[in-house]
This record gives sequence, C-alpha cells and structure tokens, in this order.
Amino acid sequence: MRRGPWLWTAALAAYAFLYLPLTIVVIYSFNDSRLNAEWVGFTWHWYHDLFHDEDMLIAAGNSLLIASVASLSATLLGTMAGLAIHRYDLKLLNFMVLAPVAMPEILLGVSLLLFFIQVLNLTLGMLSIVLAHITFSIGFVAVIVRAQLTSIDESLFEAARDLGASPWETFRYVTFPLILPAVIAGGLMAFTLSIDDFVVTFFTAGVGVQTLPLRIYSMIKIAVTPEVNAVSTLLMLLTLCMIVLASRFAPDVLKGKT
Amino acid sequence: MALLELRNVTRRFGDFAAVDDVSLSIEAGEFFTLLGPSGSGKTTILRMIAGFEFPDAGQVLLDGKDLADIPAEKRPIHTVFQSYALFPHLTVAENISFPLRMAHREPADIRQHLKDALEQVHLDAKAGKFPHELSGGEKQRVALARALVNRPRLLLLDESLAALDAKLREEMQVELINLQREVGITFVFVTHAQAEALALSHRIAVINRGKVEQVDEPARLYGFPRNRFVADFIGQITMIPAQVEQVGHGHLHLKVDGLGEIVTPLQQGVAAGDRGVFAIRPEQVRIGVQAELAELKNHFSGEVLSLLYQGDVSVYRVGLTNGTMIEALLPNSAPGRAELFKVGAEIRVGWRHDAGVFLHE
Repeated sequence: MRRGPWLWTAALAAYAFLYLPLTIVVIYSFNDSRLNAEWVGFTWHWYHDLFHDEDMLIAAGNSLLIASVASLSATLLGTMAGLAIHRYDLKLLNFMVLAPVAMPEILLGVSLLLFFIQVLNLTLGMLSIVLAHITFSIGFVAVIVRAQLTSIDESLFEAARDLGASPWETFRYVTFPLILPAVIAGGLMAFTLSIDDFVVTFFTAGVGVQTLPLRIYSMIKIAVTPEVNAVSTLLMLLTLCMIVLASRFAPDVLKGKT
Repeated sequence: MALLELRNVTRRFGDFAAVDDVSLSIEAGEFFTLLGPSGSGKTTILRMIAGFEFPDAGQVLLDGKDLADIPAEKRPIHTVFQSYALFPHLTVAENISFPLRMAHREPADIRQHLKDALEQVHLDAKAGKFPHELSGGEKQRVALARALVNRPRLLLLDESLAALDAKLREEMQVELINLQREVGITFVFVTHAQAEALALSHRIAVINRGKVEQVDEPARLYGFPRNRFVADFIGQITMIPAQVEQVGHGHLHLKVDGLGEIVTPLQQGVAAGDRGVFAIRPEQVRIGVQAELAELKNHFSGEVLSLLYQGDVSVYRVGLTNGTMIEALLPNSAPGRAELFKVGAEIRVGWRHDAGVFLHE
C-alpha cells in the first residue's frame, strides 16, 4: 500500500499529541527558572534539590520497595494463574483473573479500601498498598504468560513425558524455560504498573506512607515546580527502561504476535 | 507372545468411535505400519500405545501386561512426533540426552550413549546447534536419535516423514529401514502415504473409520486386497462390475455384462452367483495389437481414451466395448517417445489368467 502524505501527517499529529507534553516536562526539568514559562538556561539544580529532599527520598524508597515486593508476588501468582488457565481452559478463572485489569481503577481502589478496613480490619499502610498492587498486577502477568504458552507447540510437553519426564520434571526442564521470557516480561510490567500507580495507591495508602506518585500529587497541589518535572523525568526514564527490557525478553508477546 | 497386543480396543470422543473394537498383535523386531486416511483413527491408536489416550474399552498389553495404569513417562515406549517436538531451548546434544537425564543415568553413561547416538545418525558435527539451526532432515534425525537413545522396547513414529520434501523423504525411508535393522527395536509407524507404508513395513494394518480392514505383508496387501476399500486405498486399481459364473479348478470364471468372460485366480469364500467387482492393477494390464496378446486368457477390444506421460511410465486409459474404462501402465523403454499408442487408436487389451482379484460388493 502506498502511504500518502495525509497518513504521515495524521501519524505525526498523533505522536506529537502523545509525546509533546512528556517532552516539555523533560525540557523544563533542566530549566534554570522557578517558572514553567520560558527557557532561561540549562541546570542540574532541580535534580540536586531532589536528591537532598528527605521526604522525596523516603517516598522513592517506599515506591521501590512496594514495586519490588508486589511485582515478585504478582509474577509468582500470575504465572501460576496463566498456567492454570492454559492447562484447564477455565473460562471463569480466566475472567476472574483478567477482570481487575479491565476494571476502572477508582472502583478497584474503593473496593479494596472497604475490604481492607471492614473485612480484614487492616491498618492501611505498606502492607495494604502491596496487597492492592499485587491484585491488579496478577492479571497482566497471567495474560502474558498465557499468550506465551499458547504459542508453544503442545507436543513439546507430550514429548517430554513420552521421554520419561514426570509432570514436575516436564515443568522444570521444558515448560518453565520456555515461558521464562514471558515470566520476566510480566514481572517487569508488574513493576512498571506498581511504581507509577496513583489511584489505587491513593485509596489504600492511608496516612503516613507516601509513594512517589502520591508525593508528586501533593507537590503539584501547590504548584508545578521544576522539582516535580525532575522527579517525573526520572520516573519516566525508569518506566521506559522496564518496558524496553520487558519487550526484549518477550518481543512476540508484547507485539501481540502470538 | 507378541510384544504389543491390542485387545478389542475402543476409544470414543462423544458419540464418535475414533477407534472401534480394534485388535492387533505386533511382534518383537517388526516394522509395523498403521495405514489409513486422515481421521481413520490410526493416530488415536498410536496415542493409546504411547499413553496419551486411554481406551474406553479393551486392553493395550506390552509383554502381556496391561498398560492401563502406567502413565506415558513410565512406559518403555518413545515417540517421534510429526512436528519432531524438539525442545527449542536445548541443543542437539541436550535434546538427545534428555531421556537419559530423565532416567537418572550416570553422567559418564550419558556421555557414552550420547556419543553413540550422535554417530549413529551422523550428527557429531551438529551437537552444539539448536533445533532452529537444523534442516528438516537433521531435525528428523535428532528426533529419531532422542527417541532411541535409551533403547525403548517400542518406537512409535507419527507421520514422521510427512514434513520432508519428496527427495529427502526417500532418503530418510532408506535410513529408517537401515536404522531399524541396526537397532532391532520394534517400530510402529503411522502414515497416510501408502507408498511409504509399502516401502518400509514388514506388515501393514489398513485402518478405516476406526476399524482394521486388513493386516498383511506389503506384497500380499497390494496383490490380494481383501475388500474394495483396501484395493482402492493402496495403489491404482481398475474395478469392473462382475458376477461369478463358475468356480473352477484353481480359477474363477467371471461374467462381465457386454464384455464376456474373465478368468481370475480362485479365492476363498466366493461362490457362483456372487456379485462384486473384478479389480486389476494397471501394471498387470497389457495393451497391443491382436497377435501380441493372443496367448493371454483374457483379452478384449478397446480404444485409447487418454494417456498420461510420466517419464518412466505412461498411463493409458482404455475404453472397453461395454463402456467401462481400464487403466494400463506401460514402461517407456524407448527413449524420446512419449506414446506407443495414439489417443483414439483401436487396440487390444489383455491380462494373464492369474492377474486381478474378485471383490464382493
């Protein structure tokens, strides 16, 4: 098909719409001015400030800890769910695992809040945030793992058993190595989702615990300072690295080529 | 005692009986083939022997012992899958040693067996390669080596040559025959390709709609098919409606409407008055001028309707005076000549009195 100039223009406009705001944030994070108005000059000043902001560092530490624990747990549970869905072709399980992925975040946040407080009688804090993040990440991991499983020739599993491998050995030596890229990609996705989640975290954090997105939100309630631009830029960089890494581990899955 | 025995085995999928009361007996050291069209149930039989499917009724016995409670991984039976099913994350050497590792053999033992297996299939140079770096024939050899490396009692091959191109397939057929003779392991081969079955097997079971139609050696199966399905499925054959007129000494006399009498060898279970078809292979039919065919018991007038030149042979289609059509296969012994008889030529058709077979309706 010949691609006309209109198609190029439309594509360019779409990309500009998506990336221009992000680019502006990145540029102003290096701007030597308190105001996000005009370019004055280049500076590392705001990054320097950032790394001496005690509250910010604590929030970043919390976010990293939550994302690590939540993504590891979600990877384990999501992988198991993906295997079960593939193996037993359970429509209901499939639906139940995937529903949190599609559910509006605010709904998930409110219902988790009610669940933690009224049913579990849990004091909101790190634990409740981690549990909430695991909840919405499992589905993503399960989808990626399952997509990888469907792309694997079923006769490989039969061949393993045929050649003397017990069900556990089949998993250990054949299934797991073959889905490992998807498991890693799923884990990285879960990490990305966790570290920049705001809505669900907002409802389940309670008082006292701050994560990076919560801290950014409380800062811009006053003004969009260059410091916010700087921390946003760093967060963007981290997320980007994770996504690039994930797509390297499971290129087919993330391109929807299965 | 037979190595493997199927006793009245039935396997249903819903209302459909994929395998319907099948009994087979396979001897140690045999190259046994299950031949049938797709959907005939031959693969289901193979999967029941391997342990991936279980019979709804009947028994599968190995050395006289029922396999019903023995899972696939505990059976001394290995399979070469149609897709080869090589583990893509393992090298050739790791693939081949997989069954040895699963059997928890000593490392030194594994190394020795691996070395022997690689030599046997001429893949020493490819030991460190991954499956995606191999050609179709090499993949096939790896799959064979992997399935044979720890000496199963039985090797199952599921349409294992189907993915290869024609030339390579022929080479692999020869290799397969030699390999089987070398290792002395019983092979059970599943295929829908009749030529392959005839070339490879000691015995063939023709499977159709979940039932066994005939079990025989290739030459007997080809020469004396028991029914119309077998006759039609294996090789080319012409069938002419006929009625048994007289059962003579060593011969049957058949009457064909509008043509006359045909003499064919005596068969068991055929009585005067039976209706059916006279079936004859194209290479048994000769065509020529009157004098050449005079000594043959059966000869008739006909007209050349069409001819297919195939290089080594030409297939002539001849219309007989009663309107039926018969095929004759002639070797092209004179180089550079495509046709010995022109389309439309009036000729004689004949065959020996011991050619052909009578088949009931």
